[in-house]
Amino acid sequence: MNINLAPVLAVLTALAGGTAAAAAETPPAATVFEEDGSIAQSLSGAPGDPQAGRQTMEARGLGNCYACHLVEATPDIQFMGDIGPALDGAGSRWSAAQLRGIVADAKHTFPDSMMPSFYKSAGFLRPGEGYTAKPATEPLPPLLTAQQVEDVVSYLLSLK
Amino acid sequence: MNYAMGLAAVLSAAFGLAAPLYAASEPETVAPISINEGEIELATEAEAPAHLNGALPKIWSGWLFRDATTQSMQMDDFENPAMVFVDQGLDLWDQPDGAEGKSCADCHGSIDDSMKGVRAAMPKMSEDGTDLWSLENFVNNCRTTRMGAEAWGWSSAPMESMTLAISMASRGMPVDVAIDGPAQSWWDKGKEIYYSRYGQLQLSCANCHEDHYGDWIRADHLSQGQISGFPVYRLNGAGVVSIHERFFGCVRDTRAEPFAQGSPEFRALELYVSSRGMGLPVEGASVRH
Ligand code: HEC
Ligand code: HEC
Ligand code: HEC
Repeated sequence: MNINLAPVLAVLTALAGGTAAAAAETPPAATVFEEDGSIAQSLSGAPGDPQAGRQTMEARGLGNCYACHLVEATPDIQFMGDIGPALDGAGSRWSAAQLRGIVADAKHTFPDSMMPSFYKSAGFLRPGEGYTAKPATEPLPPLLTAQQVEDVVSYLLSLK
Repeated sequence: MNYAMGLAAVLSAAFGLAAPLYAASEPETVAPISINEGEIELATEAEAPAHLNGALPKIWSGWLFRDATTQSMQMDDFENPAMVFVDQGLDLWDQPDGAEGKSCADCHGSIDDSMKGVRAAMPKMSEDGTDLWSLENFVNNCRTTRMGAEAWGWSSAPMESMTLAISMASRGMPVDVAIDGPAQSWWDKGKEIYYSRYGQLQLSCANCHEDHYGDWIRADHLSQGQISGFPVYRLNGAGVVSIHERFFGCVRDTRAEPFAQGSPEFRALELYVSSRGMGLPVEGASVRH
């Protein structure tokens, strides 16, 4: 949805006298990772919303982050997994740019990580259309939109 | 596993944190599956076969990783929901079918004697030695070439009941598949598939079943993904699940296009996964969540 809105927003921003770049979204293929796996700029061109981020992390069809991670600060979330480390304190351990890199494609930070690449649209082996078992053609819509990545990053930053 | 340890080391070095290790965890107990008050005991642990080259410290039955209620259903043949399907398989064994009007029993005699050890050695090379066959292929070969009957669907109800009944004739016998000679290239292919990271989630069998058995993925307690218990009765879905049906589901859940059930790829994978369980007893009618 954000992808479709971006040009509209850009036009609106331009009309309003702002800079089009402020709302420009970076598509997965154009994302630049620094040496340490981080991404310097907001992928959506806009700030994230931490509450929306928490919901994106919880939704099984989106982040499903709790399948692998525990967050002790939110015991209300049922069935948190322990494949990866607990995310409490992630906002103190990492910068926004590092967290953006980890959420977008953790394999740039942790080589061969088991963590899925949430902002990646091509280069998969036998990709399927969601969980239907049907083949899908690349590029696929990334698991999270640019704005959803930003939302998740802002929530992670709040975990001090 | 190495990366997890690497990260932990980096974190503790950089931040002075005692970061937890998130690698596979071993089961707390390795009690045997004691069936009918000790009448039958199935070991749940065995030495890891040498061809795994240390990939696993020991091998464990998937039963160990299930909750106590699920476990207990497999500890009493009268309570075991898979037994209804075993009985259906036994009925089919005696039933004439196809143009020849023959039953399995007409040629093979008693299922307990003629099928003893058959499941434990599956999959194996076909009768003419040109292909790798699963138990399902052998059954269908008899049906189509010897009985003049239609092939059963790979995971159809009669096929699952029949393979379950045949598996019971190997109950307690250690999995023992041939992986050398003509089977070697199949085994190599299966191993390659096992370590391939499929789908949009880019997950291999090894990511979950080698690096993280004993850990929780959401509400699921991960096992080593052994097939010594197959076909299994699954409470989730209330029915019998074949080996390839399980493979299909696990690959689908990585947001991938799975291989077809019965495909050469899944037969190769079956051989490789079987070989990872060599030494564990065939469980016959097993129960999983
Ligand atoms: C399939 C399991 C899996 C899923 C799903 C997953 N992660 Fe991870 N994550 C890992 C693993 C494993 C690591 C440890 C790094 C490594 O691979 O060595 C990790 C590491 C991290 C880290 C760095 C660890 C730290 O120090 O705090 C963050 C942050 C993180 N994940 C956030 C997320 C978020 C946010 C999501 C959902 C959008 C997510 N993860 C989904 C497995 C997963
Ligand atoms: C006309 C006789 C005949 C009938 C009927 C028949 N089979 Fe067979 N079956 C054979 C022969 C012959 C073989 C190959 C030699 C052997 O392994 O006994 C065989 C092999 C097999 C094998 C492979 C055994 C092994 O050790 O490799 C299985 C499994 C099998 N049959 C199952 C069945 C089932 C199930 C049915 C009924 C649906 C059935 N057969 C019906 C004759 C028959
Ligand atoms: C994202 C993690 C994940 C991946 C990847 C995965 N599985 Fe699984 N698998 C599971 C879960 C969860 C279960 C149910 C709990 C258990 O037994 O581990 C399961 C169960 C199984 C079982 C049943 C074990 C039993 O005793 O009932 C087998 C066999 C299996 N998987 C094989 C495979 C194979 C082969 C692959 C690769 C093609 C694979 N799995 C990939 C998560 C995974």
